[in-house]
Amino acid sequence: MYVYDEHDRQIAAERVAQFRDQTERALAGELAEEEFLPLRLQNGLYVQRLAPMLRICVPYGMLRSDQLRRLARITRDYDKGYAHFTTRTNIQLNWPNLEDVPDILAELAEVEMHANQTSGNCIRNTTTDQFSGVQADEIADPRPYCEIIRQWSTFHPEFAFLPRKFKVAVNASEQTDRAAIQVHDIGLQLVRNDQGELGFRVHVGGGLGRTPMVAPVIREFLPELDLLTYLEAVLRVYNRYGRRDNKFKARIKILVKALTPEGFAEKVEAEWEHIRTSPTRLTPEAIGKFQGYFTEPAYQTLENATDELSKQRFENREFDKWLTYNVGEHKKPGYACVTLTLKKTGTPPGDVTDYQLEQIAELADQFSFGEVRATHEQNVVLADVRQDQLFELWQRMIPLGFATANLNTLTDVICCPGGDFCALANAKSIPVAEAIQRRFDDLDYLYDLGPIDLNISGCMNACGHHHVGNIGVLGVDKKGEEFYQVSLGGDSHHNATIGKILGPSFARDQMPQVIAKLIDVYVEKRTEEETFLDTYRRVGLEPFKERVYA
Amino acid sequence: MPDVIAADGTIRNDNWVLVARPADGDSLDIPAGQSALIPADLWLAGHEHFAGRDDIGVWFDSHDEPELLAGKVNELPLIAVNFPRFVDGRGYSIARLLRERFGYSGELRAVGDVLLDQLQFMKRCGFDSYVLRADKDITKAARCLNFFSQAYQAATDTDQPLFRRRAS
Repeated sequence: MYVYDEHDRQIAAERVAQFRDQTERALAGELAEEEFLPLRLQNGLYVQRLAPMLRICVPYGMLRSDQLRRLARITRDYDKGYAHFTTRTNIQLNWPNLEDVPDILAELAEVEMHANQTSGNCIRNTTTDQFSGVQADEIADPRPYCEIIRQWSTFHPEFAFLPRKFKVAVNASEQTDRAAIQVHDIGLQLVRNDQGELGFRVHVGGGLGRTPMVAPVIREFLPELDLLTYLEAVLRVYNRYGRRDNKFKARIKILVKALTPEGFAEKVEAEWEHIRTSPTRLTPEAIGKFQGYFTEPAYQTLENATDELSKQRFENREFDKWLTYNVGEHKKPGYACVTLTLKKTGTPPGDVTDYQLEQIAELADQFSFGEVRATHEQNVVLADVRQDQLFELWQRMIPLGFATANLNTLTDVICCPGGDFCALANAKSIPVAEAIQRRFDDLDYLYDLGPIDLNISGCMNACGHHHVGNIGVLGVDKKGEEFYQVSLGGDSHHNATIGKILGPSFARDQMPQVIAKLIDVYVEKRTEEETFLDTYRRVGLEPFKERVYA
Repeated sequence: MPDVIAADGTIRNDNWVLVARPADGDSLDIPAGQSALIPADLWLAGHEHFAGRDDIGVWFDSHDEPELLAGKVNELPLIAVNFPRFVDGRGYSIARLLRERFGYSGELRAVGDVLLDQLQFMKRCGFDSYVLRADKDITKAARCLNFFSQAYQAATDTDQPLFRRRAS
C-alpha cells in the first residue's frame, strides 16, 4: 500500500493549514457562501439537510488498520459514532461541525488521509477493482497507476474549476469489470498489445446522472508511459470546450456525444501531440517506484485447505453458504478474499459504527496483513485471508454483523444516503432498501435467484448507480410526494448497459411488491442456467411490464 | 488605476486599463494617454496599426481561443485573461497555452472575478500579475499565493513533476 514520503506529508500539512485559513475566513464572513462553496466541496464538505457532511477520501478503496482506528476515533470525537461507506469507496461523516473540520483534517493527515477533491467540479477519487493484486487474471496491478493519477490530479492548477465533476476508474481484469469503468468520465482498461507492452484502452464519456451513457473507446492502446500526458490532453479539451451554460449538460459525456467519439478523439490526439514528450511523461523508473509500494505481503507457502474446508462446510451449513457467497478465489494457494457485507437488514447499506470500524481493524491485523479495501458496492474486503483461518474469521464476524451471506444477491443493495441525509435527494432510499431486504429475508430463496444487482438512488445524480442495476430504483419527486421509478437490464460490467425504464413510477409502500413481481416473472421465464440479467436480455421488458402494471 | 498583485505577493499600481468590446457598429474607444488592453481579435484586426506599441496590450475572454495570436504573442507588452466568473476555469488553460505552447514571455495578467483562493492556481498556470476583485482584501494575497511550497504535477511554473524530483 502507498506510504507517504516527506513530500506527501508536507503537502498534506499545507493543505490542512490552507483549509483552516479558508474556514476561518468563511466563518468571519470574508467569503460569500458561493465563494466558499467550491472550496469546501473540494475538501469533501457539503452542507446537508441536517448538518454538514464530510466525505473522506479512501484512494482506490485501500485502508490500513491504523487508518480505520483513527476514523473510528474521529466518528466518536466529532460525530455520532458512525460512518458511511459510499459508492465511490469513500467514507462519509454525517454530523460534523463546520468549525471542527480543520481539526478533523489534521487528525486524518496524521494517518496519511485527506478529503481532497471528494466533491466539487474537479478530478475525483480514482476507483478500481477491490480485488486488485490478488486476482490471477489481472493484466497488472492497477493500484500503482491509481496512485500516479491521484498525485497528478491533486490540486492540479489547470483543472480545479472544470465544467463539472470528473471521475476516473481503472480496471485490470480481462474477464470482468468490477470497477464499472464504462460509466466513468474516463475508464482505463489495462491491456497488453501484440508486442506484450503494457498500456490502457481509453474509454471517455460514460456516466450516470440525468443522461446515462456508456463510454465509447477513444484510443485502443495507450502506452503506460503516456498515461498522464494523455489524461492531461483529455482534461484540457474538456476544460476548454465542455459546456458551462447548463449544469445538466456539462459532463464530458455531452461533449463527446456532441463532437462524436471520433471528433473528440481527434481533438485529444491533436492536443496530445503537443505535450506527449513533455516532462509529465512517465518514466519506467517512476512507475517502478510506485509499483514498489504495492508488492505482495509476506505470504506463506501454503496448500489449498480443501479437505479442512469441506469438513467445516459439511458440519456447518451456515458456514457453507457464507463460503459460497462471500469468499472468493485468491491467486495464492491457501489464501482467499473475504467480503464483509455491510448490508444487514435494518442498517442503512454501507453504515458502520465506531466499534465496527475498530473491529474491522482488528480483523485486518489478525487475518489480512492489516489492510482492507472498500468496494463501490459499499462492502469491505479482507483480501489476503488464509483458508485455514476462514472458519475462525467467520465466527468472529457473525456477532459483528458482517457475515450476512448475501454478497451479489438481491439484498446486497447499493444505496445512496437519500432523503434521510442528502440535501440533493428527491426521495428517501434507505427505507426502500430495507423494505425490500425484509421482504426477501430467506437466504435460500436469494441463492436460488442468483446474482442480481439492485441499485437505489434517491435522485438523478445517481450515487446509488441505479442505471446500471439489473434492477434500478430512482427516487423522484411528484408535487412534493416521493415516488420511485424502476428500470431493468442495467449492467456495470464488461457489457455495460444502461437500464430501461419500466413505466410509471410507484409509491414507496408498493416497492417490495413490485420487486416481488419482477422476480416472479424471472423465476417463471428463466432457463436453468440463466441469471436475472440473462433472462431479461432474452425476453425483454414486456413480460415484466405486463405483470407489474396488470 | 488598478492595484496589481505580482506573483511574489507584492502590490503595485499601474495605468493599464481594460477596454471593453465595443457594441456592434461602435468603434474601439481607446482612452488617450493610458495604456490599454483591447480584445485580442480586434488587436489582430488592426495589427498594422497596433503592432509594436508598448501601450497597447490585449485581453482574452474565457471563451476566446489563444491560438488566435499564435506566433504573435511576443509582440505584446501585456496579455490579460478575463475570468467572467471565478468558477469558469477556462482561463487556466488559456494561460498555460500562451506560456507553454506559444512561448509568451511578457506579463500575463488575471482580471475579472479574481478571488484570493484562486491565485495559487493562476500563479502555477503562468499568470504573473493579478487584479483582485475590488471587495477582496488585497493584504491577504501574499499568504494565499504561498500556501503550498511544492506541487505534485508539472505546470507553467515548474516542468519537474514530483515523480521526477523524488530521488529514486
